[in-house]
Amino acid sequence: MSILTFILEGNISQEVFDAVGTGVLSVKEISLIAVVIGAIFVNNVVLSQFLGICPFLGVSSKVNTSLGMGMAVTFVMALSAVVTWCLQQYVLVPFGIEYMQTIVFILVIAALVQMVEIVLKKVSPALYQALGIFLPLITTNCAVLGIAILMIQKDMGLLTGVIYSVATALGFALALVLFAGIRERLEIEDVPQSFRGVPIALVTAGLLAMAFMGFANVVPLP
Amino acid sequence: MSKLQLITKGILKENPTFVLVLGMCPTLGVTSSAINGMGMGVATMAVLIMSNMAISLIKNFIPDKVRIPAFIVVIASFVTIIQMLMQAYLPSLYASLGVFIPLIVVNCIILGRAEAFASKNDLVDSALDGVGIGLGFTLSLTAIGAVREVLGSGAIFGYSFAADVMPLLFILAPGGFLVLGYLMVLFNKVAKR
Repeated sequence: MSILTFILEGNISQEVFDAVGTGVLSVKEISLIAVVIGAIFVNNVVLSQFLGICPFLGVSSKVNTSLGMGMAVTFVMALSAVVTWCLQQYVLVPFGIEYMQTIVFILVIAALVQMVEIVLKKVSPALYQALGIFLPLITTNCAVLGIAILMIQKDMGLLTGVIYSVATALGFALALVLFAGIRERLEIEDVPQSFRGVPIALVTAGLLAMAFMGFANVVPLP
Repeated sequence: MSKLQLITKGILKENPTFVLVLGMCPTLGVTSSAINGMGMGVATMAVLIMSNMAISLIKNFIPDKVRIPAFIVVIASFVTIIQMLMQAYLPSLYASLGVFIPLIVVNCIILGRAEAFASKNDLVDSALDGVGIGLGFTLSLTAIGAVREVLGSGAIFGYSFAADVMPLLFILAPGGFLVLGYLMVLFNKVAKR
């Protein structure tokens, strides 16, 4: 009840304070919930931060493939959040070479994607079948690198950072699946010649982004 | 292909934004004003020219199997250089472009030109190709930025003429998608006639 009020009212109401006071919810839990809601709806990675547009436009013509892509991105983002955070705190900062961040992070993500692909192939052929074709595409998904950098810039701890990454990836999956659903319907519509393909997709995405603007101010930004 | 054609093809025939539809994230993310779009375009062009030249110089030494990681390292090094230069000399532009500067690394235009052009052509042609595609990208971004700035904040290149009466929507996220979509339609209509 208190969490729901918190989400719907957009501020920390008396009930939530009471819940914190009686130990039902800690302040930390409240802020983590704010991070999750913020990353999925308010600051949706595709529709409000403009990261990961290429797969959003490229892989979103079928609902099934978008679900697969969303799962693969969630998996890689969670992993890369842990690895890049540890590298930043235990290697780049102690040695004073923070300017190497871009090079190190992109190499780590590329290697990670390759490794995930190899491991999945051996360990879980079924999952590999489902995610396999999307994995190589993820290296060029700027959302993965973008979130890894943003997580460091916003000075998040490891737990908050990982939750933020996973929530962001879920937001990506949500936008992708919603958009694919609309595009499946668009395919059977009579679209004017010069709007076919990318332009109509962009206009649709614009309307979807407008809908997501309704979430603004629901929670304080993380 | 003549040297002049190498430069001009990027502006219309192979325009990276409107025809090839590459590098969409910075195209949408930084074009809330004309000057931001231009700054991003020029930064990307600088990286593109330098990485094209470097890759065409070392193309014979890179084993075929590891060429993509090698390209990425070359590109990431130049991005880091540009990032540090901008931070030092253009701090306000650096602040407004934000995370999109390091993200030049994953701009598919640059890796695409490295793979499709610079790894097969000589130094001069690769540099000219970088200039052409970079110019096309800069012009597109500046155009999108100008349209969004005029519609959204009633200003152009920072000179305000109708402040506070224009719909703010156009400099927010939905406006980016809408303006790019409609400009692409316009480009298709004009260029393909």
